[in-house]
Amino acid sequence: MSNDSSLADEKIVLRLYITGATHHSMQAVRNIQKLCEEYLENSYDLDIIDVYQQPYLAKEKQIIAAPTLIKTQPYPVRRIVGDMSDTEKILTVLNVQKATK
Amino acid sequence: MVKVHKEQVLVSLEKAPTGINGLDEITEGGFPKGRPTLIAGNAGCGKTLLAMEFLIKGITECNEPGVFISFEESAKDLVLNVASLGYDLDDFVAKGKLRIDQVIVERSEIEEAGEYDLEGLFIRLGYAIDSIGAKRIVLDTLESLFSGFTNQAILRAELRRLFQWLKDKGMTAIITGERGDTSLTRQGLEEYVSDCVILLDHRIEDQISTRRLRVVKYRGSTHGTNEYPFLIDEDGITVMPVTSLNLNHPVSKERISSGIEQLDVMLGGGFYKGSSILVSGSSGTGKTNVSGYLADATCKTGAKCLYVAFEESPQQITRNLQSIGINLNPYIKQDLLQFRAVRAASQGLEMHLASLYKVIQKFKPEVVVIDPITTLASSSNVRDAQNMLSRMMDMLKAENITAMMTSLTQGHENLEQTENSVSSFADTWLLLRDFEVNGERNRLMYVLKSRGTHHSNQVREFIISDNGINLVDVYLGPEGMLTGSARVAAEARYKSAELVRKNQMGTAERKLEHKRLLILAQIESLKAELAVQDTETENSNANEEERGAHDSIDKAAFKVSRGGKQSG
Repeated sequence: MSNDSSLADEKIVLRLYITGATHHSMQAVRNIQKLCEEYLENSYDLDIIDVYQQPYLAKEKQIIAAPTLIKTQPYPVRRIVGDMSDTEKILTVLNVQKATK
Repeated sequence: MVKVHKEQVLVSLEKAPTGINGLDEITEGGFPKGRPTLIAGNAGCGKTLLAMEFLIKGITECNEPGVFISFEESAKDLVLNVASLGYDLDDFVAKGKLRIDQVIVERSEIEEAGEYDLEGLFIRLGYAIDSIGAKRIVLDTLESLFSGFTNQAILRAELRRLFQWLKDKGMTAIITGERGDTSLTRQGLEEYVSDCVILLDHRIEDQISTRRLRVVKYRGSTHGTNEYPFLIDEDGITVMPVTSLNLNHPVSKERISSGIEQLDVMLGGGFYKGSSILVSGSSGTGKTNVSGYLADATCKTGAKCLYVAFEESPQQITRNLQSIGINLNPYIKQDLLQFRAVRAASQGLEMHLASLYKVIQKFKPEVVVIDPITTLASSSNVRDAQNMLSRMMDMLKAENITAMMTSLTQGHENLEQTENSVSSFADTWLLLRDFEVNGERNRLMYVLKSRGTHHSNQVREFIISDNGINLVDVYLGPEGMLTGSARVAAEARYKSAELVRKNQMGTAERKLEHKRLLILAQIESLKAELAVQDTETENSNANEEERGAHDSIDKAAFKVSRGGKQSG
């Protein structure tokens, strides 16, 4: 458990659920990748998942809107929907200071 | 022209039967097939239950698998809620007929960063639908999305797209929605994109709650437009289709016995089957007894009778009827007689009607007794009660059920007038009346009206004794109409006068007989005299002949003795 929390301190686990190659999805992928590189450096773990390929995940992960970014670690779990264009907001939700850059 | 138009509608619009009692009649076949239907109403109206029953009936009756997308309750809660209606949702799920998917929308968890759509929801629905080949889907309650997301413009556009998408997939969809302040739904969106809108309502009047259902719109189909009461109980939802407005009941020439022989005679052979009978009278005139007789007579023939009691318990009624020699208990055991004893104030009028409808559909009685209808009127206003009774009569007549209603009239009111409101529904009206004279009260029965029969215009004295009801002709004599002990006295006087007359007649008769006998005796004696005389005459003739013969012998002997020649 303590191991987990120390991990959490270091790494932010992000899952981006997209729906195929829609405009919003493409936009979101680009935006989140850019944001991670700029502000999170190596302390992140980003996975991009196409719900079309695994539709059961929509139920499992309670995906309603798309694209949806879920931060599973560190706690608490947070969800952000949208094309990830609002960098300020995402950073606030992820609890990441701009100063880390 | 109209007919052609109607046929076109029937061809173009397919309907998905709801399987809910009464609702298919109102919607003329069910909800629009392959299109969305909105069920709107306040909290606790029964929206979720109605939607769930639609899915369940789809599975059990139409073999159409269904998907339930719940935005509020968990699948576990839903299963529990419906279990009380006797449906095992888990079983349907296991058989691949039903899929329950709870969509959790938590405002606190979701942040918005830029443009988005609801494609995730579409994928979920599509996956659920395709996995079991669903034909029906319920979205309960879609507006929960509005609490989860803030961008109204996106939501509205996406919901429109969702409705269209469901249509394209040919899903018969039910969307539930909370009622808004000014529009049918809070968002004012669903009612426009739905092809059919059902409004549920739960009103409280005089502390009595009544659920009502109304079809607000139905694109491409005619439908009942009234508010229909409905009822939720252990059998789910029952909607009471209030009235077929046309008076076009099948009628019967068959007669049924009232159980009272003399009354059948007065009516020219009993009540018509399927007619309505009003028995009115002040308290203690024997209305319940007359009802009891009808119930007894009905069950005796093996037909079913439903006895709706608003004032007395079944036990009390059967006990009291036993005192006049009617035993209904065996019929209850044989399930020929069913009692339904409820307080009039326990439910609203509409609910009474709806629950009565349900019982009738289930029990299928030939005779229904309602004892008394007056309590219904006292528990609410008279106009409503009258309205309800007229619909009840319609319902009973449509089923060709003979109905007997008792009505309590107050002490000294004009009996004929107070009943005006109700009597027009009745085909036969029996009036029981107290007749007080010479310090005693006697009961009288009139047949005030009886449509289509040659009924008696006479009053009968109505006597209730240990042996039952007896209708006796009143005494009509020089003293006027007499009843009770006056009638008995008059009858006694008449009898004694008769006796005296009979005695007198007897004396005269005896005298005549005596005389006749005397004459007969005289005839006999004369006959005897004649016979004697005849004998005497015969004897003298014989002597004469004998004497002649002797003479000739003697003469010959005489000649011989004198030595003369024998001559021949």
